[in-house]
Amino acid sequence: MTTPQTPQTDTRPEAETHDEATTLLVEPSSLPPRERLLKTLLHSREISIFAVLVLVILAATVKNPGFVFSASGWRDLLLTPSMLLVLAAGQTVVIITRNVDLSVGSVLGLTAYMTGRLFIDHPGLPVISVFVAGLVVGAVLGLVNGLIVGWGKVPALVITLGTLYIYRGIVLTWAGSSQVNASDMPAGFLSLGTKQILSIPVLFVVAAVIVVAVGYVLQTARSGRELYAVGSDPDAAVLYGLPVRRRVIAAFVLSGALAGLAGVIYAARYGTVSSDAGTGIELQAVAAAVIGGVAIFGGSGTVWGAAIGAVLLVTINRALPMVGISDFWQQALVGALIIGAIVLDRVLANRQARTLIEARDEQ
Amino acid sequence: MTQDTDAPVLELRDVSKSFGAVVALRSGTLAVSRGSIHALVGENGAGKSTLVKIAAGVHRRDGGTFRLDGEDVDFGSTADSKAAGIAVIYQEPTLFPDLSVTENIFMGRQLLKRGRRIDKPAMYAEAERLFRGLGVRIDPRRPALGLSIADQQIIEIAKAISLDAKVLVMDEPTAALSGVEVDRLFAVARRLRDEGRAIVFISHRFDEVFSLCDTITVMRDGAYIATRPTAETDVPEVVGLMVGREVSDLFPKQETEVGEVVLAVDGLTSTGVFHDVSFTVRRGEIVGLAGLVGAGRSEIARAVFGVDRYDDGAVTMRGKAVRASDPRAAIRAGMAFVPEDRRHQGLVTEGTVAENVAAVIRTHLTRAGLLTRGRENRAVVPWAARLEVKTGALDLAAKTMSGGNQQKVVLAKWLATEPDLLIIDEPTRGIDVGTKAEVHRLLSELAGQGMAILMISSELPEVLGMADRVLVVREGRLTADLPRDEATPERVMHAATRGRDSEEAA
Repeated sequence: MTTPQTPQTDTRPEAETHDEATTLLVEPSSLPPRERLLKTLLHSREISIFAVLVLVILAATVKNPGFVFSASGWRDLLLTPSMLLVLAAGQTVVIITRNVDLSVGSVLGLTAYMTGRLFIDHPGLPVISVFVAGLVVGAVLGLVNGLIVGWGKVPALVITLGTLYIYRGIVLTWAGSSQVNASDMPAGFLSLGTKQILSIPVLFVVAAVIVVAVGYVLQTARSGRELYAVGSDPDAAVLYGLPVRRRVIAAFVLSGALAGLAGVIYAARYGTVSSDAGTGIELQAVAAAVIGGVAIFGGSGTVWGAAIGAVLLVTINRALPMVGISDFWQQALVGALIIGAIVLDRVLANRQARTLIEARDEQ
Repeated sequence: MTQDTDAPVLELRDVSKSFGAVVALRSGTLAVSRGSIHALVGENGAGKSTLVKIAAGVHRRDGGTFRLDGEDVDFGSTADSKAAGIAVIYQEPTLFPDLSVTENIFMGRQLLKRGRRIDKPAMYAEAERLFRGLGVRIDPRRPALGLSIADQQIIEIAKAISLDAKVLVMDEPTAALSGVEVDRLFAVARRLRDEGRAIVFISHRFDEVFSLCDTITVMRDGAYIATRPTAETDVPEVVGLMVGREVSDLFPKQETEVGEVVLAVDGLTSTGVFHDVSFTVRRGEIVGLAGLVGAGRSEIARAVFGVDRYDDGAVTMRGKAVRASDPRAAIRAGMAFVPEDRRHQGLVTEGTVAENVAAVIRTHLTRAGLLTRGRENRAVVPWAARLEVKTGALDLAAKTMSGGNQQKVVLAKWLATEPDLLIIDEPTRGIDVGTKAEVHRLLSELAGQGMAILMISSELPEVLGMADRVLVVREGRLTADLPRDEATPERVMHAATRGRDSEEAA
């Protein structure tokens, strides 16, 4: 036997060396299903980010019990993140395909203003119709993003940065300096912003349903898994014969539609909408996904993680002033959280790769 | 031979394919029968991969016949070809690293339960069944990340079987495998053959071809040459069919005075890449580094120049040691390195010709830390003139030029440093024939002026035509050091492909 050959063109770390004795490969897992589930759960990114969230809430509650244990505290805890939850769910789907959608803030602004205009121009409009309109308009704007990214082969970062300005320009032209006020909208619509069922805010229920639905599709539908495949290795996805372009476009349509819905939620929640509604929120949506363990280069991460990330992001912003931390440190902490999440990602990925290689070499 | 009696399951006849002006395949022919392992052999660039990619639906043929099971087919995508029952296992499989092994096998056609939900338990069970059938043990739940190339190929094969592929094409599957892994792969291949599938096996290793395959088809220069039953042929005949072309007059080699040793490489080793490589290059000498793609030639050159690190050994220039892993030290010692991939490694394609040529000598051109366009142009003109770079002005962007002219710009860039040693990797890849001759004439001239040249090339005629001495690398080791008059195509090919376990005679 001569020395084993090592692939020269493979640049991934696992290609360093490997021994000859690889007749038998990694053993089939011998863990019983229940233990395996527990182990997977404990090792998941979601659980660690959830622990951070719990810590933040605990710290704030110790300082001020009303943070959780008052009617308004409890409501705000769930209500404030609702809008970001919806955005983060859409953003996650796009990021999983190795793209990004920066236009969601502008889409949100557009549909938020549109919601107000619809009520002003068509008094007596049923409330459900603005939700449908928000979803449809958002989906169309997302389709524009998706078509350009899918057909133009231009990085989504650039395209959606462009449409971020274009869509915002539409809002600015349309709204001018006017703004929609609470008095322009029917009370039945505005009450959605604060209404609770069994002490749980309706908007939070809506957001939670969306997160669960998106997560369920991502995990259990062929199309959902294909989104992961596209993001994990786009070239391989083409070789597999997957409908890469269609999947990417669909991801952008979903992200746009959810951003459109988030705009309607914005109108219901805040009552006043001006032309700068939702400015900058796209970065929060990306941050929520990244903090929640969605890999920025696609292929891995879950909506559950992004959802916890979104709640953590919003909650930190509310909790830190309460614990007496200054504005600067609030921003810096969010930044540290993002960098920390990415560093953790790298470390975990490297460790996993190493474990897998060692497992291989031991065989 | 069974293939004489049954109709072939896969049949490609007189298939052609061009990419722009480059003809990759002139007339490819391949007929493979059920229950047969069919070898497809040829030099690098003979058109094997193009032929396979047409079968796989990656490329569409320009002309010729393509039949599957006797019916004319025309695949517009890999999905079409896969659905028709052709599976290709590439040298480096393309798996989704983030997803589980099972998902990789079933991606796009996952097993479903009620409500079109993915049935994971059923998929895991099916994956385990597939692995058992192949005689391997892999945890179906583990991610594809971290699998060895051999295991990744097994996943690809499992995928092909689950698709019930009629034809399996393995494109140099053993290039990156160890001996045990090769044995396992062959056991799997034979099992598939016995199930009645047709297998196309592309390899450069004759011992593998002869021990595994029942039929051999030889290609050369984008065309079909011959098909032989393995039992009725031998290695010398196949090698003869592969290389059978005379070294043309393309190579205007000047006779030069070979002087003292310029570069001495002693016992260079980089774990897993190359081992104990020792050679010298003398003044006025062109040394050709031949071998198959992936044998480690470029890696050796990169280590010598200090781009890559090495674990053991020494590099000396004119008797003085050159620091490892430091390209700037290598440049100071008088080395120049023209990499294989010009667009990525040697040329700022957005920059102008002058900027590119001046890039490496900038420090000599600056005055008080400033670099002026005029000074840059003045320094560059003599070199560009000498190389006859055909750009109207030196201000033209490099990316607008032809491959040949780009190559000359890269050369000019390095020649401006007035090196003692020029290392050049694939000097004429992607260059049209006319410019090729110019590059060759230039290299020959430079050697004539006393430059030492180490030339890596996958084109055998180029190596044989240009080099004063031919070093052959196989799997990271030097296997031959042939002076010009002893370097025949057969000897070089033999040294480059000899079986790893045997010193089997050709």
